[in-house]
Amino acid sequence: MKIRCFITLISIAVPLAADEVKLPDSQDLLGLPPVPVPADNPLTLEKARLGRKLFEDKRFSADGTISCAHCHKPELAFQDGLPVSEGIGDQKGTRNAPTVINAAYFITQFWDGRRKTLEVQSKDPFVNPIEHGLKDHKPIVDIVRGNRDYQQRFRQAFGLEPSQITIDHVAQAIASFERTVVAGDSHFDRYQFGGDKNALSASAIRGLAIFHGKGRCASCHVIEGSTALFTDNRFHNLGVGFDRIEARLAEIIAAFRKAKQANRDIDKTILTQAEISELGRFAVTGELEDIGRFKTPTLRNIALTAPYMHDGSLKTLEEVVDFYDRGGFDNPMLDSGIRPLHLTAEEKADLVSFLKSLTSQRFTTIGVQP
Amino acid sequence: MSIDRRTFLKHLGAAGAAATLPFSLVKVAWGMGSKPAEHESFTFAYISDSHLTHIKGSRFTSNFDRGLRKAVMEVNLLDPPPDFVIYGGDLAQLGKREELDHGLELLSGLRPPLKWVIGEHDFYLDMGDYWQNKIIPLYYSFDHKGVHFVVLNSILTYENWIGQWPTPMERMLNMARLDNPQGSPFMVGEAQLRWLEKDLAKYNDSIPIVVLSHSPLYKIFKPWNFWTDDAEKVQKLLRRFSRVTVLHGHVHQVLYNQIDNITFYAMMATSWPWPYPVSYVQKPNQVPQLTVFMNRADPFHSRDGTGWDILDMDSGAITNHYQLWMNENRTVTFDFKLKHPVDLKYQDPDKRIPPQLHY
Repeated sequence: MKIRCFITLISIAVPLAADEVKLPDSQDLLGLPPVPVPADNPLTLEKARLGRKLFEDKRFSADGTISCAHCHKPELAFQDGLPVSEGIGDQKGTRNAPTVINAAYFITQFWDGRRKTLEVQSKDPFVNPIEHGLKDHKPIVDIVRGNRDYQQRFRQAFGLEPSQITIDHVAQAIASFERTVVAGDSHFDRYQFGGDKNALSASAIRGLAIFHGKGRCASCHVIEGSTALFTDNRFHNLGVGFDRIEARLAEIIAAFRKAKQANRDIDKTILTQAEISELGRFAVTGELEDIGRFKTPTLRNIALTAPYMHDGSLKTLEEVVDFYDRGGFDNPMLDSGIRPLHLTAEEKADLVSFLKSLTSQRFTTIGVQP
Repeated sequence: MSIDRRTFLKHLGAAGAAATLPFSLVKVAWGMGSKPAEHESFTFAYISDSHLTHIKGSRFTSNFDRGLRKAVMEVNLLDPPPDFVIYGGDLAQLGKREELDHGLELLSGLRPPLKWVIGEHDFYLDMGDYWQNKIIPLYYSFDHKGVHFVVLNSILTYENWIGQWPTPMERMLNMARLDNPQGSPFMVGEAQLRWLEKDLAKYNDSIPIVVLSHSPLYKIFKPWNFWTDDAEKVQKLLRRFSRVTVLHGHVHQVLYNQIDNITFYAMMATSWPWPYPVSYVQKPNQVPQLTVFMNRADPFHSRDGTGWDILDMDSGAITNHYQLWMNENRTVTFDFKLKHPVDLKYQDPDKRIPPQLHY
C-alpha cells in the first residue's frame, strides 16, 4: 500500500516535495543487495530529504535555471530522455545522462568511472561550464548558510551551525538522497528471487535464457545467485562513437596528453571536447587498452531510460539488441567479448521482452509500461 | 628517460599509486658494483604469435586478426614512440602466402620500423622461401645504440624428418601439432652456429647482446616444443659476454628465466594463451621456478591472456612491461643484486594472487 502511494505521488507531482523521500524497504530491494553506505556518511531520512531539496535547487547554477534534476528528472526515471544532456544556456554536453536509480551500487561514477563515490561525483556538475556553470562551489555554500529552511535542515541532518556547512556536507546530503533512489522489485525480480513463477511472460522467460546464453549479455550485465545489479562494474569498448575518432586517434590522444600535462580540468575537458570524450576510460587511467571503453550500465529500468549508450545514439531497445547482434561496431580496440550473435527475429523480440521486465514497481507508472 | 615514459604511460590520469613502485631498481643497482655497459638507453616494442588464419578467399579468422590489429594500434600510440618493433614469429597459422600477405598488410600500419623473427608456422609450408624473398633473411644481426642484436632461426629441425612428408602441407600440419608423437624438436643447426660464432667474434665481452629467437633457447617442455635441441651450444657461444638477454615467442605466456649469464624472457602472443606445461602432469617439465605465472584467462574475453610487450633497454639489461589485455599488466626487470629477473609486484611468494597459482 505504501509503495503504491509513493508511485502515485511520483507520477503526478513534479518536482516532488522533499518529504516524499523514503528509505527503501525490503520489497523495494527485492533482487538488490543492501544499499552500500559509507561509514562517514550514515544514511538518515533527514539527510536524504535535505539531499532531495538540494538536488532540485536551481539556484545552484550560474543563471538560476539548472538543478541536478534538470538532467536527472524524477518524472523521467531520473534521466532526461535526450541523447546527450543540455546544461546552462542550452549547451549540449557529450554524454547521455545516466539514471540516478541504483547509481548507489556502482563502484565508480560517470561513464568513465572518473569518480569513485556519489559524494565526490555530485560536486563536479556544479562547476562544469556546460552543466551548472558555476566558477566554484562558494555560491552554493553561501545560499545554504543564509537560508533559514536550509539552516534548519542542516542542523537536523548534520547537527551543524550555518557557519560550519561546507560543500562536502551538501555533497553528503545529495549522495544520501541518491541512496534512497534505489529499486529492485521488477517482474524479473519477482520471478527470479521472489518465487512468483507467473511474474514473467513466456517470451520474457525465453529472453532470460538468451540473456544468459546465446546473447552473451550476462557476462557483463551480471545476475548473481540472490541479487542482480546487471553490471560488472568494468569498462568495455563496443565501438560506439569510435568511428568519430579512429582516423585521428593519434592526434586526439596527443592533444589530450598535452591538456593533461598542462593540468587542465579533466571533467571540463571531457564534457566540452567531443573527441576527447570518446576516449572514454583512457582519459582516467592513461592505459592504452582503455581507449573507447565505457562503464557497463545497469539494465534495471532500462525501458524507462531511452535513448541508449554513452552518447545516446541508439533510440530503442530493439536498436540496441540489433547492435549487439551485429557484434558491435568493428574497431581495433573492440572488446573481445563482443561478437556477432546470429539471433533470430523471435530471439531478439524475446530479449526485448525480458529487458522490459526489468522495470521496478517503484517506477512503473513513469514512462513506458513493462 | 625510461622512467619518465613509464610513469607517463601508466599514470597519466590517475594520481599514480604505482608511482611508488621501485622503477629506479635498475639504475640504483649501479651502485652495487656492476660494471656499467656503455650504451644509450632506449625502448622497443615486441609483437608476436598472431597466427593469422586463412579461411577462404579474403576471409580470415577475425579473432586472430583482432589481436594483431589491436597491438598495432596501441604500439602506434606510444609516446614517445619505440625505436623499433620486433615481430617474434608465427605471423601465419599454416605458412600460407595469403596469411603472410595478410600479416604484412596489417603490420604495414605500424609507424616504427620493424624487425622480424621467423616462427615454425611461417616456415614449414615452403621452408621459409616466401619469408626470405618477401620479408627478410631467416637469420641476421644488427646494432642499435651500442647494443648488438642477433636474430636466429631457431625452429629448424632434422633433415630426415623434413624429408619424410608426402606434401608440404602435411609437413606443416605435423609441425603445428602439440603432443605429436611424430613431431620433431627445434634446433638452430650447425650452419647457423658457425655464422653466430663469426658474427659475435667482432664484439668484445662488454657489449650488451640481445638474441631474438622464436623458440626458447633453453629446454622447458619437449612435447610442445617449448624447446631448442641444441640450445646449450648457443648458450656456450654467448657465455663470454657480460650481459645477454634472449627474447623469444612461441610459448604464448609469461615466462622468464636466468641460466648463468643469460636472461630469458618469453613474449606475449596476440592470438591465444597456452596453459603452463606444469598443468600437463603426465610428462616432466622444466618450467623455470623463477617465473610467476600469468593469471588464468577468462575464456569469455578472447583477448584475455594475450598481449604484447614494451621493453626498456638500460645498463645492458631489459625491463619487460608485459601488456596483458583484459588483465593485470606485469613488469619484470633484471635485478643486478640478485642477478636474475624479478617481477616488480608479484615476485615475493606472499604477494601472489590466486589466478597465478591455480593452473
